[in-house]
Amino acid sequence: MGTIKKILGIVWIFLALLAAYFSVVQFGIPKLQTGLQEDLVFGIIIVFILTPIVSIGLGLFGYYALTGEYENSKM
Amino acid sequence: MQTKTQDTKGIWKVIGASSLGTLIEWYDFFIFGSLSIVISTKFFPSENPTAAFLSTLATFAAGFVVRPFGALFFGRLGDLIGRKYTFMVTLMLMGGATFLIGCIPSFDTIGYAAPFLVLILRLLQGLALGGEYGGAATYVAEHSPKGQRGYWTSWIQTTATFGLFVSLVVILIIRTLLTEEQFDSWGWRLPFLLSLFMVYVSYLIRKNMDESPEFKKAKEEGKTSKSPLKDSFGNKYNLKFVLLALFGAAMGQGVVWYTGQFYSMSFMKMIMHLHTDQADMILGIALLCGTPFFVVFGALSDKLGRKWIMLVGMMLALLTYRPIYDAMYTLTDLEQKTEIVAAKIIRDELIPTDNGNIKKTTIERTFTDGTIAKEIVSSNTEVIPKKDLHGNPIVDQKLSVYLSGMNYFMLVLLIFIQIIYITLVYGPIAAFLVEIFPVKIRYTSMSLPYHIGNGVFGGLLPAISTYLAINAEAAGDPKFYLEGLWYPIVISAVCFFIGAFYINKSIITKNEI
Repeated sequence: MGTIKKILGIVWIFLALLAAYFSVVQFGIPKLQTGLQEDLVFGIIIVFILTPIVSIGLGLFGYYALTGEYENSKM
Repeated sequence: MQTKTQDTKGIWKVIGASSLGTLIEWYDFFIFGSLSIVISTKFFPSENPTAAFLSTLATFAAGFVVRPFGALFFGRLGDLIGRKYTFMVTLMLMGGATFLIGCIPSFDTIGYAAPFLVLILRLLQGLALGGEYGGAATYVAEHSPKGQRGYWTSWIQTTATFGLFVSLVVILIIRTLLTEEQFDSWGWRLPFLLSLFMVYVSYLIRKNMDESPEFKKAKEEGKTSKSPLKDSFGNKYNLKFVLLALFGAAMGQGVVWYTGQFYSMSFMKMIMHLHTDQADMILGIALLCGTPFFVVFGALSDKLGRKWIMLVGMMLALLTYRPIYDAMYTLTDLEQKTEIVAAKIIRDELIPTDNGNIKKTTIERTFTDGTIAKEIVSSNTEVIPKKDLHGNPIVDQKLSVYLSGMNYFMLVLLIFIQIIYITLVYGPIAAFLVEIFPVKIRYTSMSLPYHIGNGVFGGLLPAISTYLAINAEAAGDPKFYLEGLWYPIVISAVCFFIGAFYINKSIITKNEI
């Protein structure tokens, strides 16, 4: 189980990068460029709130998983 | 035996005092959303983009994004000075802010000060809610007898759903007692003003409560944290549990909660074109029938463990959301129904305005399964007709569908199933979050993942799901109405796997006293 947890760490890091790409390139920036007020707010929240939480948070979680921080002996 | 009875009486007192306050806080939080249309017409100039921006910011960002900051601020206070005083402050703050929203003069009276004040008060509401929930859950959990935390904290878990229900009922009662003009003129302020009375009652009940025994013991032994924020997030050992709580439980719980209670409501109204009153009633019935299951699954989590009850809820949600919403859509899909042509009614009327007339045509169609579809087409025949951006005369078209019989029952059932998923993931989560963090940083550490999961991941669900659905519709996808579900499905799936692989019994039992 310990090895699976570590290997899955790579998956979480990859997902964090993927989420950052979609949040910024697909959702965030197009919303910021429409010129509509409601899109602007949505874009700001996606880029500055959701993206950091998902990307940095999930990335860090993946890193901890990869380095064995979630092994039973360290819990 | 007598001691046990006294203990039970004591815990009920704790539950009653904590739940009532938390219920009022949720009521206050939801009343703003339920009355947002009235608020926008009273406090914001409809044609001014700056105020429109403030309006959007107030209703969208403040309610959700500020909650984690409230969690940090009040969580820190709660770990420093105690649970009881901190969640008393959040209760006062929420009640005061809600009451004051009801007192703000309209935009016509005080101009731009009105939207500005609404924004400030909405921010305070968000901060207060961010601090309240963690305090109440921690307080109840720390009073609960060993092995019964899931059961007792599940009462706190019912308050969010019940708060939404109470807000809908209060508005419905006031609307019934007043005329439409009275409600629009001053009646909408009553639900806000009522909050002060409810908060006062809750304050009277809460003020005589004792501090949590676990916190009191930790304080007496000098084991409280001097710097809860640093200990929670600056310490790798604790930070990894905060991340696990967020990505392995709270994130999935947030999207399941918002899909069942809010996305389902907007789906019924916007996509299925169900009449607003009927949609509210259906959701209300499902909420009422589903609420006891918070306690059922909370209690069950004491026996079977928290992890798998929450994860089963997420798994069922991700596997069945698409079939459920497809079935919901079919219930009002008029193309699949047989119309009783002889029962068709068409009514024309001319509504005089200062600028001529508006022609209103009502087409009422009845179908063999009892469904009624009412379409109102208002075409502009005024002397100077209002035109859209392309110069075409504006034609308003509104379709309202009314279900009856088996179709009505089926829709209640489909919403009820989603409420059950909510009770599975939400019933045990307070006990779970409390148990994975030590007493000295519990309030801070559990509040942040909860409010990010629920407030940010869940709170953004309507906007993100609608965006996905609109994109799919623009691309010509015939099942566009299901595309918005990818957001809760993907989040639940990631959360399910993280929870399944990384949460284990030792992280729950390590902080037991």
